[in-house]
Parts: sequence; structure tokens; C-alpha cells
Amino acid sequence: MRKSFVPISAVVLAIVVIWYLAAIALNSAWAYDRAKRADNPLSFSQLVSDTWSQEKPRLPVPHQIASEIYKTTVLQRVTSKRSLVWHGWITLSATLLGFGLGTGLGIVLAVGIVHSRAMDMSVMPWVIASQTVPILAVAPMIIVVLNAIGVSGLLPKAIISMYLSFFPVVVGMVKGLRAPDAMQMDQMRTWNTGRATVFWKLRLPSSMPYLFTSLKIAMAASLVGAIVGELPTGAVAGLGARLLAGSYYGQTIQIWSALISAAALAAVLVALIGLAQNITLRKMGMLR
Amino acid sequence: MIWVISSVLIWLVLWALNIRLSRQPKSKVTTLLVPTVFGITVLVLWEGMVRGFDISPVLLPGPSSIAFRFASSLPILWTDFVQTFVKGALSGYVIGCGAAFITAVAVDRSPFLQRGVLPIGNFVAALPIVGMAPILVMWFGFDWQSKAAVVVVMVFFPMLVNTVEGLKASDHMQRDLMQTYGASYWQSLLKLRLPAAMPFIFNGLKICTTLALIGAIVAEFFGSPIRGMGFRISTEVGRLALDMVWAEIAVAALAGSVFYGSVAAVEKLVTFWHPSQRV
Repeated sequence: MRKSFVPISAVVLAIVVIWYLAAIALNSAWAYDRAKRADNPLSFSQLVSDTWSQEKPRLPVPHQIASEIYKTTVLQRVTSKRSLVWHGWITLSATLLGFGLGTGLGIVLAVGIVHSRAMDMSVMPWVIASQTVPILAVAPMIIVVLNAIGVSGLLPKAIISMYLSFFPVVVGMVKGLRAPDAMQMDQMRTWNTGRATVFWKLRLPSSMPYLFTSLKIAMAASLVGAIVGELPTGAVAGLGARLLAGSYYGQTIQIWSALISAAALAAVLVALIGLAQNITLRKMGMLR
Repeated sequence: MIWVISSVLIWLVLWALNIRLSRQPKSKVTTLLVPTVFGITVLVLWEGMVRGFDISPVLLPGPSSIAFRFASSLPILWTDFVQTFVKGALSGYVIGCGAAFITAVAVDRSPFLQRGVLPIGNFVAALPIVGMAPILVMWFGFDWQSKAAVVVVMVFFPMLVNTVEGLKASDHMQRDLMQTYGASYWQSLLKLRLPAAMPFIFNGLKICTTLALIGAIVAEFFGSPIRGMGFRISTEVGRLALDMVWAEIAVAALAGSVFYGSVAAVEKLVTFWHPSQRV
């Protein structure tokens, strides 16, 4: 970790520098246009300061985004509709609910697939095929239909998150529950253990590393599902709604701040699962 | 009621058939037949429930009416398909995967860059990149260019990470052998490290097929010309013409499966030597 600190910060620094330069290039057209109408030619330093401080730039620079995030989190009351924390919480709750449902469904399906040959052969190909359906495309329909039968709010978004997050869990858990090798299975048989005992004492413990790896993917997918699920509700609340509202009114800084907060949220959630993984695997003695 | 009972009966019969089939020794016929039978049971159950409980077509149309709508609006579906898949998703996929591949080969020459780019690439690959869609639509306009740009951004990082990982896959012994042959950098790249990286590269390419389709469709929610699969889905949902939406979804599923399948077929040709391809 310490060895890669310098390279990582170098790359991050390079990205920030490129970002600022790109902002000059992308925003200069507007700055020149305005200067031409005001009839005073821009010097280079004026151009730079103008491109880095426009109100609706094509590409806002990092410090503009940072100040917008500061304004909408720290300076607003948490319950206010202008607060990013409030919007973030709405997205987060849908994400977590969907993630929980998806993980549950995934584990149940995986247990079924591992124990029943008929289920393995008939369901597994369809689980894989289900992911070639771009489910995000179906999101608006799910929202509208569920709205029509009186289900609205958190659940429709969570269902989209669930659909996205159950797949990695199924695939990972099937692999994990089948991870015990023939020798270990034979050992269990010589002890004359039932299927339930084999499951609890051998299959489940050995599937843990696979489970956590797929949980990380599932969490990221679940957040994407919640954000896209917020788009068709007409930009009421949530990070996705902030994205849509920003794109309607050309508020680029607002779009970017929603985007960065979504990214931060994803990073924190995935890191939390990583932490749980470390603790669990260490307690089980699987981490060396 | 007769619809419900008969569809449940058919479902039970076919499920029993499946259990019997899956007890047979595994062969090409059974591995194809079992999922097909399962798919048919789902369709039968769906149709039976929709008819039996008299579910309004505004909520959930049955498979038969979707198939009818599909067959009767082929020209519209075809123009949407060309706009979204061929122009948006496919061009973005080629550009994005190509750019990621070239970047990965360039990064691979410097261990310093490798250590810096790989964790960041992994991090970015987990972010909700679809959110870039409104920004890119603003930059590149409403037509397919902006959709291709969204796809490029979405596929770039998964592809980059997989390729960088793959270029490290050849082991020390093999690289040493190339050195004793006096192979130049390019020779060992082309003859050893790229072939060894192929399983990883194809893994990335396969993941990106789904991402490309999703990116192109979602980007259309933020603004598009009056054709395209995402545009059609969002407007037809507004008109409550759900059979059209489902027909569009069927097109997307078909396109996604064929896309994935063809990449997997090429993979089979290229990485015939890999253990996972041997039967």
C-alpha cells in the first residue's frame, strides 16, 4: 500500500491538472464570445480566471464543484430539499433496500441451484441471459406500472436495484458453494453427514470469500439501479433527480456535484463491505 | 379461471419433464432442451395468469400480444435498433475498448504508471458512470455521438483494468525464455504477452457488451432525436402502450444476447488453448 502511494497520487495529480486545462479549452468559447460582445479583448490571465469561474460552464473545475458540495451539505439544513445529504439519503435508502433484497434472492437461488440438478440446468442459463437484458431500460416501465397499482416511493427503485444486484450474488455464491473440493466432500461423506450439515459446516463457510467479492459488485450495481430508477419519476428527490434537474436547466455544477457525491457514496459503501470482509475472514482464519 | 388452472397444470407437467430430463446423462440435447422447456413454462404461466386474472394490458401485456406488436411494427423497431445499437452502442464499444487497450499497452511499459493507474481504474470501474450521461449529452448534442461517448466512458475502465491484469498473466519463466531468445519488447509482447492476456481481454470485452447497450439506452433518456430504443421506451411508457415497450425490450434482449454470444464465439476461436475452453 505504501509503495503505491506515490504513483497513485501522481496519477490523481495528473488528472486534476488535465481537468483544469480542459476546462480552459472547453469554456473558452463562451468567454471569448462574451468578451467580443463587451468589446474588450481578453488577456490570457483574464481568460483563465474567467473559464475557471463561470456560472454555467461546459466543464466546471474541481474547486467549483467542491464549493458547491460544501454549500449544499454543510450550509443547508439536512431536511431541506436543497441539501445534498437529504437527496443522498433517499438514494442510499433505496440502494440498501434493493441490495438487501437482491442479496437475499441471490443466495436463495444459489442454494437451490447447488442442491437441485433440475434447477441448475433450467434456471442458470436464464439467470445469465437475464443480464443481457439491459434492465436499466426497463426502469421507467417498472416505476410507472408499480405506480399505477399503488406502489410508489422507495420500493420501485429498490426493485430495480434488486434486479441488478442479485446476479453477481448468484454467480459468486454458486461458485463459492461448489468451492469445497472432492476430498472435503468425501470426508463429510465418511462422517455420514446429512446435506444440511454439509451446507452449514462446509459449503457455507467456504463460500464466504466469493460472497464478499460479489457483494462489492452488487453494491455498486445497486447504487446505479437506484440512481437510474429516480430518473423517470420526474426529478422529485434523490441524486438521480439532481442529475436530471441539472440537465434540464443546464446547471452543470449541480450535475457534477451530484455525480461526485454518488461516486463518494459508492466508494464508502464498497469500502464498508471490504471492512466486513476483512473482519469476517480474519475471524474465520481464512485471511493470512 | 380455466386459464389459470390449465397454465398451472402445464407448468407442473413441464417441470416434471425437466426433472426427468435433468436426471439423464448430460448431453448436448439435454443442456439445450432443459432451459428451453423452462423458458416455455414461464411464458405459458405468464400468458395464463394475464388471461386468467384479466390483468389490464396497461399493467402487463401477455406474451402473445407482445409478439403480435413485435411482428406488426418491425420497421419502427429496426430504425430504433440501428439508431441505438449500431450507431450508438457499437461505435462507442469499438472506440472505448480500442482506446482502453492502447492505454493499457502504454501503461504496461512503466511499472510506476501501472501501480498508479490500476487502483484508480478499479475504483472508477465501481462508480456509477451512467451519471455522466447528462453531461455528455450536453457536450456532444442529442444525436448518436453523445450516446457513443457515454458508451466509451462506460466501457473504458473495465476494459483497461482487465487488459492491464492480462498483460501481467504470463509467468516469469516464460518471460525469461523470451529474453534468452533475445526477443525485443515488441516480439515478446506480440508472441507471448498478448496471447497470454487474451482470456482477460475477452472477459473485459464480454462485460462491456452489456454495459454498452445499457449506456446507449440510458443516455437517450436525457435527450435524443425522435428514434432510438431509449427514446421509444420512455415515450411509449408515457402513452401506456406497454406492449410496444415490451417489444422494444425483446429487441434489446435479443441484440444483447447475440452481441454477447458473438464475442464469446470469437473468444472460443482465439483462446482455444485455455483450460476453461476445453471440454
